[in-house]
Amino acid sequence: MRFLARRVGFLLVALWAALTVNFFIPRLMPGNPAEAMMARFKGHINPIAIHALEVAFGVNTHQSLISAYFEYLNNTVHGNLGISLLNFPLPVSTVIGRALPWSLGLVGLSTILGFVIGTALGAISAWRRGGLLDGVLPPVFIVVSAFPYFWIGLLSIWLFALTLGWFPILGGYSETVTPTLTFSFVLDILDHAVLPAFTILITSIGGWILTMRNNMITVVAEDYVKMARAKGLKPRRILWQYAGRNALLPNLTGFAMSLGFVISGAILVEYVFNYPGVGFLLLQAVQNEDFPLMQALFLLITMAVLLAIFVADIATALLDPRTRTN
Amino acid sequence: MGALGTVGRTLLRGLRFLRRDKKAMAGSIILFALLVITAFPSWFTPHDPSAEIYNPGAGVSWDHLLGTTSFGQDVFSQLMAGTRQSVLIALIVGLLSTVLSVVIGITAAYTGGWVDDTLSLLTDVVLVIPTFPLIIVIVGYVKSAGFWLMVFVLVFTGWSYGARQLRVQALSLRNRDYLLAAKARGESSRYVIFVELIPPMTSLIVANFLGAALYAVLAESGLQFVGLGNINEQSWGTMLYWAQNNEALQTGLPLWALAPGVAIAVLGSGLALLNYAFDEVANPALRPVRATKLKGVRP
Repeated sequence: MRFLARRVGFLLVALWAALTVNFFIPRLMPGNPAEAMMARFKGHINPIAIHALEVAFGVNTHQSLISAYFEYLNNTVHGNLGISLLNFPLPVSTVIGRALPWSLGLVGLSTILGFVIGTALGAISAWRRGGLLDGVLPPVFIVVSAFPYFWIGLLSIWLFALTLGWFPILGGYSETVTPTLTFSFVLDILDHAVLPAFTILITSIGGWILTMRNNMITVVAEDYVKMARAKGLKPRRILWQYAGRNALLPNLTGFAMSLGFVISGAILVEYVFNYPGVGFLLLQAVQNEDFPLMQALFLLITMAVLLAIFVADIATALLDPRTRTN
Repeated sequence: MGALGTVGRTLLRGLRFLRRDKKAMAGSIILFALLVITAFPSWFTPHDPSAEIYNPGAGVSWDHLLGTTSFGQDVFSQLMAGTRQSVLIALIVGLLSTVLSVVIGITAAYTGGWVDDTLSLLTDVVLVIPTFPLIIVIVGYVKSAGFWLMVFVLVFTGWSYGARQLRVQALSLRNRDYLLAAKARGESSRYVIFVELIPPMTSLIVANFLGAALYAVLAESGLQFVGLGNINEQSWGTMLYWAQNNEALQTGLPLWALAPGVAIAVLGSGLALLNYAFDEVANPALRPVRATKLKGVRP
């Protein structure tokens, strides 16, 4: 119980820190850049919305910092994220709501798939230490992990879309297809998702392979694994049910930790493919100086990562009693 | 034998290791070559990298090893000239964030108590806030981030992972007999930290430096690629930006877009290969073994 309270406390502190950073960044910038944006807003939207924006970006100077801070916190906690300039006059939440399913589908699925495949490959390569897989995988993925994520995307566009013509180049679905829930539309979506998903998979899988392999090497040397061998258990059973399960535990926390990296990479992958998800939206917001949308997306991404870490922590604690005693 | 002796011995062991380990050897050769290009870019640039005077969109030839851009610049010369910025970002960000990691991680572990609680909380919070979106938000307000803003932002967001690792390592050393003995002898904290605590952690610190440097190179190129860097500077990320914005892939100039990525990957692999080798120094269990040991035990 105490463990749970600590984790919840940490979640809240981290969220609060993200909110606070979000509040102070525009105020620390030389010659508040939000002011130019506000000038574009004036006269187009109602005074209440203008005021909320002034509070969020510190444009109106007659309000004290502290009261502005609390008003901003209050607005944000109540989901009042402002209006998107890029998609005027839609509220930020609506704009994000449209992009979210795309990212959840693409990034979520390819991340989980990468984790599962990478972990399995890592476990096997550690198990057959010095074998073919163990000789090939680590060096290959060390090099792959050094490529910028988005560049793998550029390469696959050039190779699979432009040169070979196997897949569409850009977007989440074809312009010509009407977005309804039909079989052909779903196929069209999948067709567009293959290359970005492949890019995310290739770039994220190496990390899982290497960490799982390293954990596994330590675990395989443990006495209980030797004991299992001495008992004459089937190697497959030792690999997955004895060693693999325990080597997986640290990787689970690692999964949540590196989720931030994966999402960072996914932002650029979405950008390369013009994929209509959250990452592409974030960069569009930045390029069009749509600061309310930009800040809201930052908060959303942060919240997603924090929640994932929280869930992984709880799962680790449930699975591994040792972590609870700490 | 003072601190220098211990550090020296560790580095010597590292050097001997470099010679034996193929991965480490490859990594060092790559990094050395890139350092030479960084120091003397003019030796490697046959043409003025920014001059738009050549036949635009030309293919590969002896004169233009990687062809030209659609502006009529020499791609190979741009690639060589761009080396400097990525190498410098790697070195400077790597160094500064490592220093910050060491200071925060070791202060937390050595001091303990509420200082440790506060610093650990700070480290964990910075660690879990997704870095790249945060950088995008910071740089988004400035738009074109020059070199030093880039360095600042990358250090500011890049130190936490190392600090956490170093804290854990320092905690595990803190109550070893030789450290307690040094304290009992009445040595100053400065002596204990710099002579007894830090030297055994050298390989972890080096690994951290390499990891932070790799992170910096990739993050910088990503930011420049989406146009958040200074688009008038010579760098691999900016090359990618211009190539993307002029549809290099679609207009039959794939080398313009693909070559800078390969260059980034070469630098990155150099760092990653060395990092991997240093991991093996720090954790002997990971060192390669002969396959015979587990023969017959196949799943």
